Amino acid sequence: MIDKVEIQKPWREQSPKRVATAISPALIPILVASILVKTTGLDGKLGFVFSWVLASTVTIVIWPVVIKKRASRGDLFMQTSVVFAGGIFLGAVAWLFQSVLAPGLRAFRFSLLVKDAATVGVDTPLDQGGLLHAILGSLVIVGLATLISVPFGILAALYITEVRGRLVPFTRFFIQAMSGVPSIVAGLFIYAALIVSKVLPFTGLTGSLALAILMLPTVARTAEEVIRLVPDELRYAALALGGTQMRTVLQVVLPSARTGLITATILGIARVAGETAPLLLTAFGSNTTNLNPFSGTMATLPWYIFTQMTLGTENDVARAWVAALVLMVIVAMFFVLARTLGKSKMARR
Amino acid sequence: MSNNSPEREEVSIPAISVDRSASLGSSAQEALNDQGAPVAQHGAREMEAQNLHIWFGNNLVLEKVDLVFPANTVTALIGPSGCGKSTFIRTLNRMHELIPTAALAGKVLLDGRDIYSPDVDVTQIRLKVGMVFQKPNPFPAMSIRDNVLSGLRLAKLPAGDKESLVEECLTRAGLWTEVKDRLSEPALALSGGQQQRLCIARALAVKPEVLLMDEPCSALDPGSTLKIEDTISYLSDSITIIIVTHNMQQAARVSDYTAFFLAQYGEPGRVVEHTTTSQIFSRPKDPRTESYITGKFG
Ligand SMILES: Nc1ncnc2c1ncn2[C@@H]1O[C@H](COP(=O)(O)OP(=O)(O)OP(=O)(O)O)[C@@H](O)[C@H]1O
Ligand SMILES: [Mg+2]
Repeated sequence: MIDKVEIQKPWREQSPKRVATAISPALIPILVASILVKTTGLDGKLGFVFSWVLASTVTIVIWPVVIKKRASRGDLFMQTSVVFAGGIFLGAVAWLFQSVLAPGLRAFRFSLLVKDAATVGVDTPLDQGGLLHAILGSLVIVGLATLISVPFGILAALYITEVRGRLVPFTRFFIQAMSGVPSIVAGLFIYAALIVSKVLPFTGLTGSLALAILMLPTVARTAEEVIRLVPDELRYAALALGGTQMRTVLQVVLPSARTGLITATILGIARVAGETAPLLLTAFGSNTTNLNPFSGTMATLPWYIFTQMTLGTENDVARAWVAALVLMVIVAMFFVLARTLGKSKMARR
Repeated sequence: MSNNSPEREEVSIPAISVDRSASLGSSAQEALNDQGAPVAQHGAREMEAQNLHIWFGNNLVLEKVDLVFPANTVTALIGPSGCGKSTFIRTLNRMHELIPTAALAGKVLLDGRDIYSPDVDVTQIRLKVGMVFQKPNPFPAMSIRDNVLSGLRLAKLPAGDKESLVEECLTRAGLWTEVKDRLSEPALALSGGQQQRLCIARALAVKPEVLLMDEPCSALDPGSTLKIEDTISYLSDSITIIIVTHNMQQAARVSDYTAFFLAQYGEPGRVVEHTTTSQIFSRPKDPRTESYITGKFG
């Protein structure tokens, strides 16, 4: 009889001593800072942060020297520095989230998500009306902008990577220049070219066009990079099977770059989801729900946040925070969606 | 009968025995010239390179290549690394021109017609002249089954009975038993050798007239290699095969004819010798061929 051997992962085991070595440099500065704040004149949050940064810097330098053999000091130094840098970054992000989300959560009621502002005046209590019109407006305008800019962005990327025509340097330069266009200028362009010249009135569509201008360079550049990652061997294989260039691109190149193209789209959406200035000049804004991007002005979340904040009364500002919360949740949902869509079962490498 | 029919005896000078030559006289009765090289007949499935010169930029890589690949035969291309075998084979299905600096003079004939003449549809040429690459390159976004069928979609061919085509091609490539229960898994879940056999199955699915194989077994274990060689022998009843190999035993086992390429230092590559496999391995005419085959250089 052979004894049954259990599945093990010996490299996962951590000795208590190593764990202590790894986490003490994170704990020591907090301890030191707390003691300093309690015992000395340093006071409040600012005092804590100041002494924490000081203690951390000292720890990063001292800790490896105290603990380790000469040979692995550099290693431990890098390790602690990286952990600290990561920690500071995470702290900053957490702080940001907390300061935006907390007031939003405090004022949050479900009714805000399902009613619009048709009956809301200045400083109306929070349980009346809501921001549905802004949520739907944002989805429609950003969705339409995506539908406009993603095909063009991918086509531009394909022109650069696959067609490799004579205008490639020019196209590249143009896309780069476009990505430097300030968002308000994109709004002004649409305003002057379409609205002032009476081609289109203020509608959701004009808002989408302004956002599409901003999305296009992001989508095109990211798409170019991910399409470039598709190895030439796959193109050769497809061509050698008698594929035309078009079918090679459609059946082999684009599917192989699928995950990356979804990322490109999401990056484009994230780029414009919070844009306010160009929308003020194009989609304008509205207190009622309008789902038709081809007629009438439309509200969007960033515009809603902006106008509510400028009203300045307690309830209006609270609504703005809820809108900020909703905007962040929507963007986060898009990222999750992209991850799930991108996780094709064929993409295993 | 051909005037110079190949011998059946095994000659032991270069320590390589030739298995396949015996079948040559029976299946294909090609005319051979006095060098032992096949003579063009301009029939179906025959490939021929006439006075071919190949460049990368201003760099002449191959000079004056004249080779005939008779229908339904296997020709092995051997020669040291860098002498232009891959470059040559890529001109036979017009993959060479995909490299921006590529240039070429001379003719390549398929079924007696020049594949480089301006009114020829490149995709039709590549469809008729299939290719298996040195490195396995299955399509990562497709399942095993879809990889086999990819050529049909890429070339817009009528599909017919897909399942039996998949089974037939995978069986011929020696992969069927290993993957028959996991046809919808991603192709990249296969091992390198299995991926290569998948690529062979993929090339077979479009029913090419000529199959070019650039060191198809360089990533395979001996077992898979033998399977591929069986496939080659089997296929050579109905298609023309041109195979690049660094494995002398393999060349001797699978091919009817062998062409020896050589690029001497500072010179473009040339075909030093092209004749029946039995002859090149038993009585090579050129001393350089003999020393290459017996492993003295390259
Ligand atoms: N894309 C390219 N651009 C310029 N020169 C090239 C290119 N590809 C190959 N060459 C040159 O052409 C010559 C022949 O290369 P090729 O790949 O045909 O050799 P090979 O006989 O297949 O060698 P191996 O047995 O190592 O595969 C080499 O000198 C190589 O440097
Ligand atoms: Mg090669």
